[in-house]
Amino acid sequence: MRGKHFLLAAVAVAALVFGAARLVNNGYVFFAGYVVLQYVVLATAWNILGGYTGYVNFGTAGFFALAAYTTVALEKLTPLPLPVVMLAGGLVSGLLGLGMGYLTLRLRGAFFSIATLAMAVVAQTFMVNWSFVGGSSGAFAIRPPRTALFGIDYIQYLFLLMLGLAVLVIVVARLIERSRLGDGFAAIRDDELAAEASGVPTLRLKLLATALSGAFMGMAGAPLPYYVTYLDPPSAFSLAYAANTIAMPLIGGTASWPGPLVGALLIATMQQVATVTISSAVNLLIVGLMLVAFVIAAPYGIIGWFGIGRPDRRRGRKRAVPKLRERDA
Amino acid sequence: MDISFSLLGNAIVSGLLLGGFYAAVTIGISISFGMLDIVNIAHPAFIILGSYGAYFANSQLGVDPIVASLVLTPAFYLLGAGIYEVYHRSFERRGDASMRGLAFFFGLLFITEVVLVLVFGVDYRLVRAIYIGPSLHFGEIEVPLRLLVPAVASLAMIGGLYLFLSRSFIGRAIQAVAQDQGALRLMAADPVRIKRIAFALSIATASVGGAILIVIQPVEPSLGREYIGRVFAIAVLGGLGSFAGTVVAAMVLGIMESLTATFYGPSWSPAVAFGFLLLALAVKPSGMFGR
Repeated sequence: MRGKHFLLAAVAVAALVFGAARLVNNGYVFFAGYVVLQYVVLATAWNILGGYTGYVNFGTAGFFALAAYTTVALEKLTPLPLPVVMLAGGLVSGLLGLGMGYLTLRLRGAFFSIATLAMAVVAQTFMVNWSFVGGSSGAFAIRPPRTALFGIDYIQYLFLLMLGLAVLVIVVARLIERSRLGDGFAAIRDDELAAEASGVPTLRLKLLATALSGAFMGMAGAPLPYYVTYLDPPSAFSLAYAANTIAMPLIGGTASWPGPLVGALLIATMQQVATVTISSAVNLLIVGLMLVAFVIAAPYGIIGWFGIGRPDRRRGRKRAVPKLRERDA
Repeated sequence: MDISFSLLGNAIVSGLLLGGFYAAVTIGISISFGMLDIVNIAHPAFIILGSYGAYFANSQLGVDPIVASLVLTPAFYLLGAGIYEVYHRSFERRGDASMRGLAFFFGLLFITEVVLVLVFGVDYRLVRAIYIGPSLHFGEIEVPLRLLVPAVASLAMIGGLYLFLSRSFIGRAIQAVAQDQGALRLMAADPVRIKRIAFALSIATASVGGAILIVIQPVEPSLGREYIGRVFAIAVLGGLGSFAGTVVAAMVLGIMESLTATFYGPSWSPAVAFGFLLLALAVKPSGMFGR
């Protein structure tokens, strides 16, 4: 499918989803659907860095919550339309990704991963100590009942924005996969030393992937204050975001965009059901167990069962160069 | 600025003792990450598991927490051996250790934490022991026993490990496996077996580290996360795999955190460790002493 056709198809699917949700006409569908879509965005954004270049980001909660706090800060300064706020949140988190990447991406991958984990805690400490955005006692965001334009129900509006963002991130992910950029990312993932030696500008590509991935996570996090209406550091920086966002692509499959999409739809929907019917601690346990089971037993994820992303079938090519030793720090 | 001498002196002494404790929670990472190149980010979760082991023995049987943790080390050793077996078969042997291996340990971290929440709840737990409470006094300097006993226990454990690694055949083989697996094979030692022993040892230290932790402060299941940055910062700054470097780096961090807590307030201390880590990674990833 060509890029334009894919975009049209994705928009059509999104329109169908929104239409179906309107048809059910139950507030809960939008509440639950928003979370599922948010995870579609987070998982796909994570996969742009994690799946395509092989660098594991444990700091999803940091990127996500920093943008949510950007929204809180902006709301106190000046009223802006939510899409603009989302762009601002994306910008902040994208820059964070760029800075983090610049500091740590020249080292071995493990250092980057540890640093992202550390970053989330530093960011949380700053928010706890920054009283302008509520500090440790948290901040309230007032959700208007309806939007100013068109007068749609605000939850439906949030749902719609997240749906649009999900379409955008999937289209971007697919574009990357099919472009020279994607080839560069794959070269880094398969053998960074060989890629560097063949003239792939590895640091620049890694920085681009980190910034792009962070920006999308930020855009997903920016509407959060209006969704939860009360934001405090422990819930905004919850490790559950990081765990879910890593589990979803790895369960769905990291090689291509359908992987995180399938993983996110499956896990997030399951969690929405399990949180209501069982308990939230148990459903986190299930996610952890599934993550471990999949990385051990099904390294190519669910889409791997359908032959997508298995190394022997990918573009009909085999690895031409034997793997070199990983570069030492 | 009005910095009183006794405040400063007390901050430095408690920082040094805190550092001794940090060395105990980091030494496992120095072995697994520094020597075996296994990025065990779940280590702090195993430390918390160790804390709960000590808590359980202390609250149910009235045993001293540190003694209880020593009794529990074989169980942790077996747990570590089992985890290494899975890790080796699933990731190391497939040459796929980087991304999925990291995700595997992240999953273990998450599972351990959730299981502890399900079993013990989210309340803070603490232990009872005679050395919790009283302090020694040297002039204006106060040395709380609840910090001194853990620091001594920690240094004793690290000293013992150091002797084991430098004197025994297996210990030397562990040091060798960090440098050249091929050469080790030529010496008729099985690198996989050696690495399993070393990794199991690193998890066994989590039992003692956890007991020390719960002596120093009350513990809840997600506390381990605060220690991820600390232990990796110390391990990296200590020069990955060097025991002496680990102890020195732990004490430097302990003093910095203690000073921050004294002069700026304890809510900033997590940021010190992580700032320290980012700085270390950006400026000198080979550690204070290089390798």
